[in-house]
Amino acid sequence: MSQKTTRKLTECRRPLIWRRLKDWLSRLASFVAIVIAISAMTWILWTVIQHGFKAISWNFLSNPSKPYGIPDAGIANALLGSLLITGGAVMLAVPPALAAGIYVAEFGASSRWARLLRFSANVMMGIPSIIVGLFVYVAVVVPTGSFSGFAGSAALAIIMFPLVMRTTEDMLSLVPAALRESALALGMSRSRTILSIVCRATRNGLVTGILLALARVSGETAPLLFTALYADAWPKQYFTQASANLPVLITEYSNNSPFAEMHRRGWGAALVVMFLILLINIGTRIVFREKNYGK
Amino acid sequence: MASKISARKLTFFYSQHQALFDNDLDIADGSVTAVIGPSGCGKSTHLRIYNRMYELYPDQRAEGKLLIDGINVLDKSIDLLELRRKVGMIFQKPTPFPMSVFDNIAYPLKLHYKLSKSELADRVEQALSSASLWDEVKDKLKANGLALSGGQQQRLCIARALAVEPEILLMDEPTSAIDPIATGKIEELILALKGKITVVIVTHNMQQAARISDYTAFFFQGIIVEFGETSQIFTNPNVKKTEEYITGRFG
Amino acid sequence: MDKGFKIFCLSCASLAGVLFLGFLLMLAYNSLPVWQEFGWRFLISSEWNPVEEIYGAWPSLLGTLSTTIIALALALPLAFVSALYLAEAPAMLSRILSQGIDLLAAIPSVIYGMWGLFILVPIMQNQVQPFLIDRMHLSAWPLIGRFFSEYFNGFGILTAGLILAIMILPYICAIMRDIFKMTPPLLREAAFGAGCTRWETAKDIVMKHSASALLGGVFIGLGRALGETMAVLFVIGNMMTKPTGFFDSGTTIAATLANNFAEADGLQRSTLFALGLLLLLLSFAIQVLAQHFLQITACHRGEKN
Repeated sequence: MSQKTTRKLTECRRPLIWRRLKDWLSRLASFVAIVIAISAMTWILWTVIQHGFKAISWNFLSNPSKPYGIPDAGIANALLGSLLITGGAVMLAVPPALAAGIYVAEFGASSRWARLLRFSANVMMGIPSIIVGLFVYVAVVVPTGSFSGFAGSAALAIIMFPLVMRTTEDMLSLVPAALRESALALGMSRSRTILSIVCRATRNGLVTGILLALARVSGETAPLLFTALYADAWPKQYFTQASANLPVLITEYSNNSPFAEMHRRGWGAALVVMFLILLINIGTRIVFREKNYGK
Repeated sequence: MASKISARKLTFFYSQHQALFDNDLDIADGSVTAVIGPSGCGKSTHLRIYNRMYELYPDQRAEGKLLIDGINVLDKSIDLLELRRKVGMIFQKPTPFPMSVFDNIAYPLKLHYKLSKSELADRVEQALSSASLWDEVKDKLKANGLALSGGQQQRLCIARALAVEPEILLMDEPTSAIDPIATGKIEELILALKGKITVVIVTHNMQQAARISDYTAFFFQGIIVEFGETSQIFTNPNVKKTEEYITGRFG
Repeated sequence: MDKGFKIFCLSCASLAGVLFLGFLLMLAYNSLPVWQEFGWRFLISSEWNPVEEIYGAWPSLLGTLSTTIIALALALPLAFVSALYLAEAPAMLSRILSQGIDLLAAIPSVIYGMWGLFILVPIMQNQVQPFLIDRMHLSAWPLIGRFFSEYFNGFGILTAGLILAIMILPYICAIMRDIFKMTPPLLREAAFGAGCTRWETAKDIVMKHSASALLGGVFIGLGRALGETMAVLFVIGNMMTKPTGFFDSGTTIAATLANNFAEADGLQRSTLFALGLLLLLLSFAIQVLAQHFLQITACHRGEKN
């Protein structure tokens, strides 16, 4: 130990004021940040409501889209087209995604292979949707010779797949091991256990995952630009013809058209899309909460 | 001896649920006081009032008075940062900061004090020595604190608490997660602190309480059932419940 | 029966990896002509001449990089301090605010684009940019002045960066919030017990403890900004020139793809595939890094338990 005299600690006090000031400033920054985020959200939502409201009418919702200048135009065909495309996407994506999630959660446990699969799903979730569109263009549109609603569904399905796979895995891993074990102890086969017991136990969670993925892809535009494109007709030829859909309509009317009338229709379509997405999001939150209370 | 800490009608609530009922307690300056009682009786809750740790959680509140050196520290006007420098705390599990061994000690020192590099190094060495850790870590000062063994980590936390020269040291079951040899070292440490610092230690281990404390308080369901000199509590308790607990009838 | 089921599930699970390989192969194959024609110089060339069939990726690449960096620079600090608050706030308030912020993530990008085009661009053009140039004379400032041109029209890199920032904010905030919530309570109490203020606890203790996971969150936000198409398309001005200032119009890889694909053919189409390949490789690298950093913390926690 050194010989020199050491100062007493009481002589070296640090002024508290700077520490308190920094603490206070950080609190202020938090407050400001949250205000900015919430304000941005409210502003955007309000803009959509404000501008879109003027366009909504029964005519608007029941008439198909028509070029500029023709009266009685609406978004009915785009609405139908979007429903068909996203419905198709759900049918294409959900069964394999459920199976994939089941594999990772039930069969994989902590094996290296399962970790790799989970890793690849996570990475897939971050791949830009426009790349998916490009892929489906080459894989579906070029061979079949035309844009189609089906191609759109394929693109959206690819985007949905890793999302649903992940939520399925998360939900299934929440089911207690005891439940599985008691079913197996009764002599049930593995597949039966998983499908009838485990999945049923977390059914609400699985549905929530699917619905949230659905909400996520309903607004996707970039992949549809390369697959379903757009057509003013009713979407009757799902597999062979470009299909009207809301997101591309919105893009066409707002970004690619100089007419205020088209902009107005675009806002109306935006409001419809926004409304449906919020409906799904808030709806699933309520349903999911009820499940927790039930438990 | 003068009372370092005086609790007067201390009450505590977790939301609507009342956990402590009119606790009155006097802790003597420089003494080691053990707080014993069955699980869930409010020992840790009571201890955590001393440095107002409960204020981290919005739904917890304390009422009554807690006087340290005669000043009520539950008063809103009291400087929390200074209180927490004066009153150190050791937890059930070792809580080294995610930094090197040296920085673990240096960090709180630098927070509260302006010191030169050599003064800092001296004080770090001093603190580690007073926790009997210096010889074991003097070659590993740059290693991450988490790389030490459990017992060493806890002694690191004690050294960290002692570095800022506190007047009171609160210990919440500090050896419950530590092996017996390390426990012994920590108990030696506490004995060495007697007379210099006021120590209040919550413990599940009655033998430990008997070994190291001057006074013992027995808690049961949020009430201080009995308080007195350790030797008296363990050989000739006044209250029947105390005797039942000591003899292992419950808890 | 069980075996069949297991194999079926396994093949489905492998789809993610298989699809990615498919993307890679498809893009590489379709972009071959470009690499053969221009070589690696394609990456740094700014020429874009459909008539003479000379193309370069640099404007798109630079646009992608600059908008992403602006978005991160704006969103990261905001997300960090918001997440700090949300992790420590009383449960009810925290949940409501978190759900409010999460709603930002639910808004589709095409709507962000519309809002950007019809609301933000006019504000930039009529209020913000005039203020910066005419009132504050930003273009005359010593170091940074060269990045602010006196010509502005509301569109451009800065506007795109702003919109991207709002878009990635909820993602980064949600991840950071979850990370902060997972800090062991005893560690925070130890910090407070030693006399740290809330800010000091967050900055010196919590952040160090979760450093790699936080970095993972940053990369997730980065990845999101990198691939964003529609919102950027509406506000970036769509000029195939390399931007030299914040108010310059430009393009990003995704915007170039979206704008030109419909009418492109031959070499130009191959060029677009080449750009797509660049984007895929960039995203892949970012995603892998993100997962890596997020996994480290998961392992740590597993070991500690």
